[in-house]
Amino acid sequence: MDYGIKELIIAIITTNRELVSGGTAPIFYVENDEKKEEKALLVSKTTMGMVHDIGDGTYIVVKH
Amino acid sequence: MEKDFLIILVSFIMGIIARTFMIKVDYRQYPTYPQSYLSHITLGIIAAGLGAVVIPAIANKEFVAVTFLAIAAQHFRDVRSLERESLDNIEPTELVPRGTAYIEDIAKIFEARNYMAILTATGTGATLYLALYFELNRYFSIALGIIIGSIIITALNRLLKMSTIEEIADVQSAEIEFDGPLLKIAGTFVMNIGLKDSREIFKKQGVAVEIIPKDKYATAILSNIGQRQAIQHNAAIQLGIRKDVDEPDFTPIARINTANGNVVMAIVVRDADINKYIEAVKGTPILESAKRKPIDI
Repeated sequence: MDYGIKELIIAIITTNRELVSGGTAPIFYVENDEKKEEKALLVSKTTMGMVHDIGDGTYIVVKH
Repeated sequence: MEKDFLIILVSFIMGIIARTFMIKVDYRQYPTYPQSYLSHITLGIIAAGLGAVVIPAIANKEFVAVTFLAIAAQHFRDVRSLERESLDNIEPTELVPRGTAYIEDIAKIFEARNYMAILTATGTGATLYLALYFELNRYFSIALGIIIGSIIITALNRLLKMSTIEEIADVQSAEIEFDGPLLKIAGTFVMNIGLKDSREIFKKQGVAVEIIPKDKYATAILSNIGQRQAIQHNAAIQLGIRKDVDEPDFTPIARINTANGNVVMAIVVRDADINKYIEAVKGTPILESAKRKPIDI
């Protein structure tokens, strides 16, 4: 049997400082969309999480 | 040749034929490795042997021998748990898992096939015994036994035959669209794909289908999660999915359109051929556990 974390936001990558703050997941503030894509890809590859776009310049990485 | 021996021999052979008849390399059911082949044939032989001795045992008033059938049934139930365990064990190694409902179905089939060998052998034995009892010609009796055995094999085969998605639904190609980050197929939202690169890959190499149920029963079957998981698995293993463990974006997800009961599913494959995809979906067996008749009160 496999045990692990599921259905949890494991990271937030955003260009919008006003939208996101605090919480259990680490927040990565980035300068532009390009950097956001790059960071999201790196985080998702490392954690096997999936990147979701929730709008307003914010990505969340969720472990499914 | 002694009468009992003749009965046992003929029914034994018919039982083995019944089991081997059902052993086929079926890519949808199970990866039939050579090892599994041997173990299932051996179990089939044991089952046929058990079925073959039932009639001679009763005829010789050896009623205790029949109780061994109960032990045999127990043994073949173990076959089911054996298959289930083995498939459960390899489940984490599948890129697109089979799902517990599909596994349970496969395990049940393996158990049933052994019973088929027992029933065929017993049926043949009973026919042969009766024919010899009425002092029919020996060769004629054997022929009769074989004919009845063959009828039982054909009838059970037909009974155990699984129906496929093709029989309950129409499958047609659908367009993959993106509404912002949301993947949309035939007006149904499937999932949120954040990465732009993933969206591009979906647009370039993705193929999608819409499964349209033919009636209300079909809608109920398709809404079963296990059934949908079986469709996902089948499509993925037959088409060769373009995905690795660190790319959850490309996991095929069969979503239901709650408004009309249609199921939509997109998949990213290396060699995108919509016809092959439709064929793979159509060929998915309908799981026994997914079957239901909701308006049949």
